[in-house]
Amino acid sequence: MKRTNLTAGLPLVLLLALVFFVAREVLGSLEIINYYWQLILDQSLIITTAAIGLSIIYGFAGQFSLGHAAFFGLGAYTAGLISKLWGHGNYGVFLLSLVAGAALAGAVAFLIGLPILRLRSDYLGIATMGFGIIVKVLMDNSNKWITATGGATGMTGVPQIAKFPVIFSVFLLAVLLARNLRLSSFGRAWTAVREDEVAADAMGVDPTRVKTLAFVLGCALAGVAGALYAHRYPIVHPSSFDFLKSFDFLIIVVLGGLGSMSGTIVTGVGWVFLLEVLRAVLGQSFLDFRGVIYALTLVLVVILRPKGLLSGMEWQALIPRRVPEGNPPAKGETPNVSA
Amino acid sequence: MSVLEVRNLTKNFGGLHAVSDFNLTMEEGELVGLIGPNGAGKTTVFNLITQMIPPTSGSVIFQGGDLARLKPFQVCRSGIARTFQNIRLFKDVTVLDNVRTSFGTRPGYGLLGAALHLKGYSRAEAELTAKSRDILEVLGLLDKQYELAGSLPYGQQRRLEIARALGTGPKLLLLDEPAAGMNPSEVGGLVQLVLSIKARFGLTVLLIEHQMGLVMNLCERIVVMDFGEVIAGGTPVEIQGNPKVLEAYLGRAVA
Amino acid sequence: MIEAINQVLNGLQLGLVYALIALGYTMVYGIIRLINFAHGDVFMVGAFIAFISTVNWHLPFYIAVPLSMLICAALGVIIERLAYRPLRYAARIAALISAIGVSLLIEYGGSLKFVFGPNYRVVPQPFSVVQWDLSGISVSNIQVIVLVTVVILLAGLQYLVARTKTGKAMRAVSFDHDAARLMGINVDAIISYTFALGSALAAAGGVLYSVAYPQINPFMGIMPGLKAFTAAVLGGIGSIPGAMLGALIMGQVDVLSAAYISSQLRDAIAFTILILVLLVKPSGLLGKTGPEKV
Repeated sequence: MKRTNLTAGLPLVLLLALVFFVAREVLGSLEIINYYWQLILDQSLIITTAAIGLSIIYGFAGQFSLGHAAFFGLGAYTAGLISKLWGHGNYGVFLLSLVAGAALAGAVAFLIGLPILRLRSDYLGIATMGFGIIVKVLMDNSNKWITATGGATGMTGVPQIAKFPVIFSVFLLAVLLARNLRLSSFGRAWTAVREDEVAADAMGVDPTRVKTLAFVLGCALAGVAGALYAHRYPIVHPSSFDFLKSFDFLIIVVLGGLGSMSGTIVTGVGWVFLLEVLRAVLGQSFLDFRGVIYALTLVLVVILRPKGLLSGMEWQALIPRRVPEGNPPAKGETPNVSA
Repeated sequence: MSVLEVRNLTKNFGGLHAVSDFNLTMEEGELVGLIGPNGAGKTTVFNLITQMIPPTSGSVIFQGGDLARLKPFQVCRSGIARTFQNIRLFKDVTVLDNVRTSFGTRPGYGLLGAALHLKGYSRAEAELTAKSRDILEVLGLLDKQYELAGSLPYGQQRRLEIARALGTGPKLLLLDEPAAGMNPSEVGGLVQLVLSIKARFGLTVLLIEHQMGLVMNLCERIVVMDFGEVIAGGTPVEIQGNPKVLEAYLGRAVA
Repeated sequence: MIEAINQVLNGLQLGLVYALIALGYTMVYGIIRLINFAHGDVFMVGAFIAFISTVNWHLPFYIAVPLSMLICAALGVIIERLAYRPLRYAARIAALISAIGVSLLIEYGGSLKFVFGPNYRVVPQPFSVVQWDLSGISVSNIQVIVLVTVVILLAGLQYLVARTKTGKAMRAVSFDHDAARLMGINVDAIISYTFALGSALAAAGGVLYSVAYPQINPFMGIMPGLKAFTAAVLGGIGSIPGAMLGALIMGQVDVLSAAYISSQLRDAIAFTILILVLLVKPSGLLGKTGPEKV
């Protein structure tokens, strides 16, 4: 049997990330990547960071959420407000606001998740979608309580200080966090609950705890992504976080192949670029067709590959299937099962 | 102290008496067979013992502690593991990870350790992986460790169910029709297998089975159920001669 | 008090329209376990076809309505045939994603200039509106027409599902596809039939909606669609009486919360009620709860 070292893939992943980062810096300074495409690249990384969150919730743990954009929005509003009111471009406050965005989204996810994660499949999807709509309505009306949010007209004035290095770092951290957890007993408990909650329960996995953890973590990732979004795009608007945006995240995770993190990353980045390439290729006169092509692509891809593009596949450097041999107990020794 | 004491366990589904007044005491190291025709309530007894469904009345005492109000995962952690009649493996997960899942519900590292792959994580993972492989080796599944559980042939899936249950580190193992769907040679292997894991892991075993031959060969004591009630109990020889049992299996006069 | 009665009547009118949409959701869910997100857009198409056939083609209203129902029935069948049937044996999420895609396709396709166009259109009244004043309680002929039409359609549906052989087959298919097939039922045909029926009802709902609230645009189906779907879940998805009950409740919640609490918050209130009901009774008010099989 081919021996594979558990950590062998990680240096490769990090090396690739470094190469990508340096290449971007060089191309950026040569202005081969212009302002517009940099915006798209940043957007794709932000969206993918949030999508990794949904990948944890739905792909790993099997909990159907149709309200992911709400948590993305909660992070955006929380961090945006903090930076706008107190930060005035201060980088320390910005970093703090990222943490606050993740924390608030995670805390709300905990409070809403405790009751609703008892629901199964479609019903959970419907409840999370309902929650997403409630959050959107509250955002529309938020200026009644906090003027600075701008309510239905959107919030402006958040300092635009999220640049590529920090966006990329957060994205990379999200990938590594999801990967590490996936390869731990937490990740195995998630997949167990996804595969068969009753059997997982019977095998000593606490389903409530496991599902809540996935939901809180996934939503916190959406929150931090939203926090970055607020510092990258000059207007934070409730319509950017409605249930149709939740569909975007769902589409990324499902088309990537449920449970495949590599798939989520490829599809997340690809999906954002596809939309923009369509815009560039179609030109102004055919812009109306963008939505139609987007929708047709979606239907065609799902019919041709109903399990998603990379279902059941992982980039082995990132998430290996094989586990290193380690040091098995000496021959004849009985494993201490009751330990 | 008895390992398991089931007292007056009763379960009604609406008007249906699935289990009525079921009593069973098991001593450490015993291997008891639970038999009876289809629909006799055997699997319901398992579901009641493991608290997967709440009893209408009665109690389950395991190693001196009452299991009432425990959740299934807590019952499992207290030392009772089970297999499922209608195989419920984690199908899209590798064979190895099926066992590592049940092994690692309390892995000895926390969320932070897992998130950062700290030292405690590596040590604990190496250990539980090694132990999981040992169990797979005992069950003859080690060479399948990277295959997806759902892709295994039926008999191997049944054995993986046992491996996964062993991963939880049980004192009491509940086997629900482990021979169902196996061919005769596999059934022969199963008798040896159950005896060897029982000895090796110091188990007390309660076994539901349809295949009489298997039960008679394997079990020291047999409990027979019909229509939710215990109709007989005793050694294999006693059971074979019991007219009530014959009636339950071969049919009865219409009342 | 009079004011409250008037509001309840308005809520009834909206609830009846929701009921027509909710039935399609619940029947389709009952038969293939799919949340048909494109259903709200069929409702929109129904409104537009009635609009086009009366304004552009100068057809009388009583022909425009059945025509719209017929075209939408065909549309529903085509959607199922092309976008859902290839995925019938795939994971259910795949069909759901396909439904989202079809929904977007109809919305963006409808927005194209040579289809419906992206703008709001004002629907001319097909008949002059008459208001009756019954000692303060005001009733319009629109409300009466909505009520009568919905009652007739529901009675027709009830007859089809409960009394005809096809209806029996529908119930059999929703219970178990394979068993139904073994009994000689043409499952594909029954599913097509269900889509046709649901879509025709949604089209009727769309026409009535555009008469009662005379402004239409290609995205008008989203919110009523969601509300109607929510109503179906509230009542117990898969259950026809449940969908009607849920829709009537949803109509009242919508109108009363807009009138007495806040019109901005009315969607939030509707969905809060949905979540609360799901938590207390996950299968909805009239849905059947089955214990998880162990």
